[in-house]
Amino acid sequence: MIRFDHVCKRYPERGDALSDLSFEMEAGEMVFLTGHSGAGKSTLLRLIGLLERPSRGQVIVNGRNLATLARGKIPYHRRQVGMIFQDHRLLADRSVFENVALPLVVTGLGHKEIGRRVRAALDQVGLLKRERALPVALSGGEQQRVGIARAVVARPPLVLADEPTGNLDPDLSREIFALFERFHAVGVTLMIATHDLARVGDLHHRTFVLSEGRLIKDTGAG
Amino acid sequence: MARTQSRRRSAPSLLELPGVWLGHHLQSAVATLGRLLRAPLATGMTVAVIGIALALPAALYVLTDNLRQLVGGWDQGAAISLFLHQDNSDLDAEGVAGRLREWPEFRRVQVIGAASALAEFRSQAGFAEALDQLSTNPLPAVLAITPQPAYATATQIEGLQERLGQLPEVDFVRVDTQWLMRFQAILDLAQTLVLLLAGLLALGVLLIVGNTIRLEIQNRRGEIEIMELVGATASFIRRPFLYAGAWYGLLGGLSAWLLVTLAVVALQGPVSRLANLYRSEFPLAGLGAAALLTILGGSMALGLVGSWIAVNRHLRGVEPD
Repeated sequence: MIRFDHVCKRYPERGDALSDLSFEMEAGEMVFLTGHSGAGKSTLLRLIGLLERPSRGQVIVNGRNLATLARGKIPYHRRQVGMIFQDHRLLADRSVFENVALPLVVTGLGHKEIGRRVRAALDQVGLLKRERALPVALSGGEQQRVGIARAVVARPPLVLADEPTGNLDPDLSREIFALFERFHAVGVTLMIATHDLARVGDLHHRTFVLSEGRLIKDTGAG
Repeated sequence: MARTQSRRRSAPSLLELPGVWLGHHLQSAVATLGRLLRAPLATGMTVAVIGIALALPAALYVLTDNLRQLVGGWDQGAAISLFLHQDNSDLDAEGVAGRLREWPEFRRVQVIGAASALAEFRSQAGFAEALDQLSTNPLPAVLAITPQPAYATATQIEGLQERLGQLPEVDFVRVDTQWLMRFQAILDLAQTLVLLLAGLLALGVLLIVGNTIRLEIQNRRGEIEIMELVGATASFIRRPFLYAGAWYGLLGGLSAWLLVTLAVVALQGPVSRLANLYRSEFPLAGLGAAALLTILGGSMALGLVGSWIAVNRHLRGVEPD
């Protein structure tokens, strides 16, 4: 599903974020990505989502070499990847429904089908009754669940989460991870960057530990 | 596997595609108009600036158009006056007129016999008593000739004047259209100025729309980034901005038309009073349907081009790479 071949990412202003990173991940796997801040977790996820391109090496996702993917093809790659962010990245002036519908709207799906799928996604995260609310009216945990619903509404085979529970208390965090477990159970490939070592310890999934841009530990399949 | 399945479920069939595409554009156009109308003050100001910028050349066009029609009205009355020698009788004059009617250059040749000229002179000028003192009619027979419009240019009239002067019966030829020619030339000049002004102000409209769209792109940068994150294509992201530009242009064109029409209505009264003083009627012409369509089409195209430039310059910076 995902393969990194000697990947380097160098930012002109702050040097190497990732250096000589290689790993392979199968479809349907759930992987935790840990390591202290600045270890390169976000950069790794951004390379997979093609928000950035590597300085060197190859990133292959779903059989596609992202280094050679034409600019016009990038949107179609992103539709195969659901992305979840610590700060949710919701549109403040749009309702919960409209926020979750966005990935479907951009694909040109019909109204009815969008409504059906958005409600199914909201139901999965337990927010069916809040579809008309604006994001500011929701708690942090609810906002993050809206972000998760948006990431999975188009049923992408791969979901990436960057510190999804960074701002949440342990109970809410547990809920979020339970959601990820459910996606994992239906065959979605997940990569979750997290500081939440308690959850990582509980769940026994394959875990990568990054330090200063290098992969220093890979627990192997959980 | 999961990929192909999900694609099959989400993609519309090939047969549905044109309808889907059209539906998107319609929806995007309507949604964009809705967004513009929800900010009536900002939209109104942009539209007003475009409207005023376009109203100026449109008003000048209406002015020159009306002047041209006014002159056109005189042009038809403008004739070549052919004064025959005194020794020609009215019958001779009829003969000359008959010959001249064969010329393709003339639309109308009218004989004013010496006797009828005298009668007209007597009634109009109030010289009745003075004329009665005269034993003979001092007035010659005159042929009033109206050339075909195609032969009414300055050089052609000059040529006609020369040819008519060589006829043995003709004493002299008077053409009273030189000032008309000058006026025509001034009108041509004015029309060129209108075109230049229109070009300049069109450039202004381009900049206004471009700048407005640029600000809108800046305001919605966060939204654009999120749309890109969830896989929106560049054309999907551009579409609402392009429609906004087209709407600005269209609404601006409409308001320009409204401004000019209001001005024409306001001027109708004074103009007809002035025309009355000259014992004439002059209905002021406004912008016709063709001019309206030109303004609307042109302004919409300007809006579209302006936003297209802004979108191409400023959306590129948002695309993450």
